[in-house]
Amino acid sequence: MNLHEYQSKELFELYNLPVSKRGLIRKLSDVEKAIENIDFTNGCVAKVQAHTGGRGKVGGVVLCKTKEEIEKFVNNWLGKKIVTNQTDDQGLPVNIISIDELTSIEAELYMSLIVDRADKCVSMIVSRAGGMNIEEVAETNPEKILKIKFQHGHKIDENQFYEVCRKLEFNSEQSKQFHEIAKGCKKLFLEKDLSLLEINPLVITSEGNLHCLDAKINVDENALYRQEDILSMRDSSQEDEREYQAKKHDLSYVSLDGNIGCMVNGAGLAMGTMDTIKLYNGEPANFLDVGGTATKERVGEALKLILSDNNVKGILVNIFGGIVRCDLIAEGIIGAINEIEVDVPIVVRLQGNMSTEGKELLNSSGLNVIGEDSLMKASQKIVELVK
Amino acid sequence: MSVLIGSKTKAIFQGFTGSQATMHAEQCIAYGTKIVGGVTPGKGGQEHLSLPVFNTIKEAVTETNANTSVIFVPARFSKDAIIEAAENGIELIICITEGVPVLDMIDVIDALNHNENVRLIGPNCPGVITPGEAKLGIMPASIHTKGSVGIVSRSGTLTYEAVNQTTLAGLGQSTCIGIGGDPINGTSFIDCLKMFESDDQTESIVMVGEIGGTAEEEAAEYIKGNVSKPVVSYIAGVTAPKGKRMGHAGAIISGGKGTAQDKFRALESAGVSVVTDLNLIGSKLTELL
Repeated sequence: MNLHEYQSKELFELYNLPVSKRGLIRKLSDVEKAIENIDFTNGCVAKVQAHTGGRGKVGGVVLCKTKEEIEKFVNNWLGKKIVTNQTDDQGLPVNIISIDELTSIEAELYMSLIVDRADKCVSMIVSRAGGMNIEEVAETNPEKILKIKFQHGHKIDENQFYEVCRKLEFNSEQSKQFHEIAKGCKKLFLEKDLSLLEINPLVITSEGNLHCLDAKINVDENALYRQEDILSMRDSSQEDEREYQAKKHDLSYVSLDGNIGCMVNGAGLAMGTMDTIKLYNGEPANFLDVGGTATKERVGEALKLILSDNNVKGILVNIFGGIVRCDLIAEGIIGAINEIEVDVPIVVRLQGNMSTEGKELLNSSGLNVIGEDSLMKASQKIVELVK
Repeated sequence: MSVLIGSKTKAIFQGFTGSQATMHAEQCIAYGTKIVGGVTPGKGGQEHLSLPVFNTIKEAVTETNANTSVIFVPARFSKDAIIEAAENGIELIICITEGVPVLDMIDVIDALNHNENVRLIGPNCPGVITPGEAKLGIMPASIHTKGSVGIVSRSGTLTYEAVNQTTLAGLGQSTCIGIGGDPINGTSFIDCLKMFESDDQTESIVMVGEIGGTAEEEAAEYIKGNVSKPVVSYIAGVTAPKGKRMGHAGAIISGGKGTAQDKFRALESAGVSVVTDLNLIGSKLTELL
C-alpha cells in the first residue's frame, strides 16, 4: 500500500525527522488557511499529491511566490488527473495539493530504507547523487551508491555508519544529524511495517543542516492487520478501480492492456498463462489468481471483474485441479456463467483430478464454452477466437 | 535416496486442528507419510485424526520424537510458530502459510541463523514431496511418480505443471521442493541445487522461477561452477508490468530489477536450458537426457 507524500511527512514528524511545514488544500477556499500554516515570506512550493513520482516534470511541483500563483496552480490541478512517466495513460486523480515552506538548498542527496531480499535484512541506501532517478545512478555510477545493512536485531554498525558519513563528506554536525535521521527512519520502518521508505532528495540546506524535502512510503500489505492507523490513510482513488474491487473479494488482480481475460488458480501459473497467451500472439487483459478453491462464488466474482473491462473479447480459464476435483470446478464455472451474462467466448483448460469428466461437462453445457486439457491448445484456441 | 524428507521423517502439524491442516494432514497420512501428531495451543490432550494433540512443540517433540513440522497457523502467528519449532528440536520446518509480514520473516531468519541444524522451507509454499516415500504439503499426490527429476520452484501451481510434464514424459521426480513466493524465505534455490547435485536419485533438475528479486541470478552464478547435472529452467512473468505485485508478495519488478528477461539471460549464460514456453519443460528434459 502506498501513502501520499503529505501522509508520509506526517509520519516523519511523529519520528522527529526534519520536514518542511505544510498546508493542505482540498478546495480553492483552503488556500488562505494553508498559507497561514507556513512562513510564506519567500513563497512556497505547491505539490500535487498523487501516488506517483515524476510530478515535477509535468508541472505538478511549482514554486509559487504569491497567493494568486497558488490559486492558479490549484485551479489547474484540483479535480484533474496527473499523467507522468510512472503512471498509465489515464493518470491519477488530484484531490489534494500541499504547499510546503521553502528550503534553501545547498546539495541534494538520496536516501532510502528497503527490504533487502538478497541479504535478508533491512538496508539503508544513500548517495550523494540525489534528486534524480536513483535507478539510473545505480546503472551508470554504481560506486556512488552506498549501502548499510541493519543486521542482527536491526543494529546499525557504527564503524560502517561513520565510514559512509566520511564518503558523503559530512562534517561532524551533519554526521550527528544523519545518525538521528537514520535512527528515526529505522524506527518508523520497523514500527509501521514499511516495505520502502525513500527520501529523494534529502537536502543539505544553506545553513548546512540535513532536511527531508520529499518522502515516499510503501507499507507491507501483509502487515496491515496490525497497522490500523496506516490502513485509515488508504486512498482508494489512487488505485486501479478493478484492482481495488478485487482486493475486497480477496482476489489477486492486475490490469493489463490486452483483450484476453485470464482466470487462473495460483499466482505463478497466472503469470505463466499470461506469458503463454503472449507467446501464441495474443494479448492478456489481466492477471487474476482465484486462489486454491475455484468455487462457484469465487469464479462468479472473478468473471464479473474480468468482464467489467470493456477491452475483453474472450476469456481463458486455466485451472490445475490438484486436490479439488475438476468436475466440481466445471460445475462451478457453468453455474457462474449461467448467472452472469457472458457474451464473449470462454476457453477452459482443466488439468488434474477428474479433468476428462470436467471437460465433458463444459463441452455439453450448451454454453459458449470450450473445454481443453492442454494449456498450449487452450491458449491457441482463445487467441484464434478473439481475432 | 531422496532429499529433505523420506522414510526417516516423523512429522507434526502446527495448527493441526484447523480445517486446511486437517484436510492436508489426512492426504499426507494417506500417502504413507509418518505423521505423529500435532500442536494446537489450548487443545493439548485431545485426539485429532487418531493422533495426539499437544499444546507446545516441546511436549510434542518429547512425546513423539518428531523431527519435522508443517506449519498451517495463520500468518500473524507464523513467526512465533517457526521460532518455537526451531528452538525445540525440529530440524525441518515447512511453512505453508501465505501472507506472513516481511519484517516477521527478517526476525525469523535472524533467529534461525544461530542454529545450523534447522532448515526452513517457505513460507507461502506448497511444501515438499518425495514421490513414493513421503509428502508434506498441499500438492496433489496423484500427479507425482517416483523418478529422477529434482524440481524446485517459487510457485505452487507452476510446480504442479512441471511435475505433470515430467510424469507424462516418463521421467518422474526424485523430490519436489516449493521454496515459496515471498521476498524473504528460508531455503533458497542454491540450497536445493546443492542437495540435488549430491543426491544419487536426481539425474536432472527443473528450476521454476518468477519475476522479482535476484534469487535466480544468484542460482545461475552457483550453477556455473557447482552443478554438473542438466538444469532446465522456466521463469514466469515476461508480460508482468513493472512495479505491480503479481499475486506473490515477492513477484514484483521494483527499481527496474528482477525482470524475467534478466533472469533468462543470467541462466542462459550459466549453461542452463531455458524454456520460454512453460508447456515445453517436459519435452526439453527429454531432449537433454
